[in-house]
Amino acid sequence: MRATDMHTTATHTTAALSEADRLMVVCNSCRYCEGLCAVFPAMEMRRTFLDGDLNYLANLCHSCGACYSDCQFSPPHEFDVNVPRTLAKVRADSYQAYAWPRAFSGMFARNGLAISVVAALSVAAFVLGFVAFRDPDVLFGTHTGPGAFYRLMPHNAMALLFGAVFLYAILAIVMSARAFWRDIASGTSSNAKPFWQAVKDAGSLRYLDGGKGGCMNDDDRPTDRRKHYHHATSYGFLLCLASTSVATLYHYLLGREAPYAWYDLPVLLGTLGGIGLIVGPIGLLAAKWRRDPALVDESRFGMDVAFIVMLFMTSLTGLALLVLRATPAMGTLLAVHLGVVFALFFTMPYGKFVHGIYRFLALMQYAREHE
Amino acid sequence: MVDLTRQYDVLVVGGGNAALCAAIGARRSGASVLVLEGAPKFYRGGNTRHTRNFRCAHDSATETLTGPYSEEEFFDDLLRITGGETNEPLARHMIRESKEVLIWLGEQGIQFQPSLGGTLTLGRTNAFFLGGGRAMLNALYRTAEDLGVDILYDAPVTALDIQDGMFLSATITRDQATSVVRARTLVAAAGGFEANIEWMKEYWGEAADNFLIRGTPYNRGSVLRMLLDSGVQEIGDPTQCHAVAIDARAPKYDGGIITRLDCVVFGVVVNKNAERFYDEGEDVWPKRYAIWGRLVAAQPDQIAYIIFDASSLKLFMPSLFPPITGGSIRELAQKLELNADVLDKTVSDFNAAVRPGTFNYNDLDDCRTEGLTPPKSHWARKIETAPFYAYPVRPGITFTYLGVRVNDQARIIMKDGKPAANMFAAGEIMAGNVLGRGYAAGIGMTIGSVFGRLAGRGASKNARN
Repeated sequence: MRATDMHTTATHTTAALSEADRLMVVCNSCRYCEGLCAVFPAMEMRRTFLDGDLNYLANLCHSCGACYSDCQFSPPHEFDVNVPRTLAKVRADSYQAYAWPRAFSGMFARNGLAISVVAALSVAAFVLGFVAFRDPDVLFGTHTGPGAFYRLMPHNAMALLFGAVFLYAILAIVMSARAFWRDIASGTSSNAKPFWQAVKDAGSLRYLDGGKGGCMNDDDRPTDRRKHYHHATSYGFLLCLASTSVATLYHYLLGREAPYAWYDLPVLLGTLGGIGLIVGPIGLLAAKWRRDPALVDESRFGMDVAFIVMLFMTSLTGLALLVLRATPAMGTLLAVHLGVVFALFFTMPYGKFVHGIYRFLALMQYAREHE
Repeated sequence: MVDLTRQYDVLVVGGGNAALCAAIGARRSGASVLVLEGAPKFYRGGNTRHTRNFRCAHDSATETLTGPYSEEEFFDDLLRITGGETNEPLARHMIRESKEVLIWLGEQGIQFQPSLGGTLTLGRTNAFFLGGGRAMLNALYRTAEDLGVDILYDAPVTALDIQDGMFLSATITRDQATSVVRARTLVAAAGGFEANIEWMKEYWGEAADNFLIRGTPYNRGSVLRMLLDSGVQEIGDPTQCHAVAIDARAPKYDGGIITRLDCVVFGVVVNKNAERFYDEGEDVWPKRYAIWGRLVAAQPDQIAYIIFDASSLKLFMPSLFPPITGGSIRELAQKLELNADVLDKTVSDFNAAVRPGTFNYNDLDDCRTEGLTPPKSHWARKIETAPFYAYPVRPGITFTYLGVRVNDQARIIMKDGKPAANMFAAGEIMAGNVLGRGYAAGIGMTIGSVFGRLAGRGASKNARN
């Protein structure tokens, strides 16, 4: 009997979903992995696996890889059980399936390329915009003191442009997330406990540890390396977001204009976050390159790398701007930084960023199911 | 790199739980150790790959065990399942040691979890490995490697040089080339012979062709054979083994846990003549699952069919293959290629004999038949709600009990009753010393870990004296 002759519990729209269904039948009759993470207990509550169920399970999976190295039926066994890779495919497909508006879902198809193009265009637009609207004297001049940045681009223009792209990103993400949630949510729980449980589980990456022992990465020795780098990245990102938010409050409530002194809150938050966004992405990239290819969906390498690189570039250009802001390079660096940040927000609903949203919702559904 | 020209203190033949516990035990007490695993790396560990827990005595609840399991209670359970066919002093010694081994396994990097889902009945007596047997095995291998144990895969032992109860060397065959490995002591932990169908046929005849082997094809018993041919004393009934009824559609080898079926108690079981042959409701399933392999092995063509109806479909764990479905018993019979008239009569007779009762599948309930042979003593409910379902089952052999005799230090005993000079054995290759017949969940692992550790320590001491 070959793996392809084995049965599924439903018919599916993609080969990856059919394979995930087949694996869930195998795993549901074994259950040895039920102590490793949330995926298997959630699986045990079901006997049939529709597309929505599989998208839910795929987004619950943190890709720690423990179930692969623990599995007696992983390849070369004829049952050919590879849960991390199969769920990675389903997960990435789910981002595309729920993308809003539908017309943009194609961005996921060749995501690395799409994001690179958007980023390049965005940076070019800012540089050209600065050149077109400002004299070379201003662009390559040295500016210091409050309002220095706004001599290159008026604050209101900056706020309007970034406010618009930020709101668009939020709208697109909310619409996609809503479609996902409709497909996976069941039950009528309305209290806030599952939400806070999901905040805790997502914030601590509770399920990125292989049960207790750590993730399987490049060999058969588990480590917590990816978890630590992910923390640096995600908390770095949040600190940078906090930095921008505080700066916005400073500007509108206190009338204090950027740039701020190195000891001021926006700079401290931004610097700390920026360091996280340098260290974290480098670590994640290195781990990605070294990881056992059996565990990952290699066709989505571009998507993963594009997002990590975008975060890294955001931080790198931001920190460069901080260090060199009193030099003639400031104008160009500001244009590049703004270009990268604009592209980051614009592509947020159509790239790896959404994994955090979907995983959070899956964790919340898991908490609802297990109340 | 493994240096095959040197003489190791301890040579461990085998690569499962017993072998690794022996290797680690020996290495920790100072010996140089070489492990020879006959299988490729992926299939290392024999049946340990497919295990999930380890039965052990303990005086109080632990983080993962729900309550105490005294030595006395463990021994009573062993006595009951073997029908007294055990070696009492050896069994008591094993049970006493199992207490310490639970802690020792934790120190070797094994992680435990509470028993969940379908295995709650074992939550007090059996320590469950987080991630299952392969996770446990991976941890043992990591620890062994860290300690400096040398390991060779794809290294089947094809000859043993044993003279007058004294092990001298082993010959391994890798990529058609042979090498001779010398060591001061030998630990034989290479499992039973269940995957050697020709050998099984010596005792079972042609019926063995219809057996499915639940573990890897590498458990061929070649080391057991060589030992028995070198003057080692045999123990155990060669027909005794751990045999359960598994889905007949399972692959010949290594289908593991996922082909098991837990629905016998919910229906009736018929043979290829569409007739019942045993009380399906004799006792709760965890106590009876391990008799059904032999029962089916005794039926014509070694096949049987579990028949039940829609009311029971979701009462048991799902398994790999879907049940065969029919709108009527006759339709089901046609799909199973059974005589429809006979199956219809068997089910009608059963239904007519069912007495009213209160169905409770967690306990011995009062749903039973009256005036039927064989009876169904519990959980007997009429099979009357379409659709009707069937699972075909065949004997699934986990491991054989025929083995080598050992003493309470896991030292091999020779035919003349004298202890071998430098040979030890652990695991399924000597399971018959404590397990004359029958089975209790997790006891194979107890035998492996306890005698493995004893053998490793004994071999190490022996080598350095």
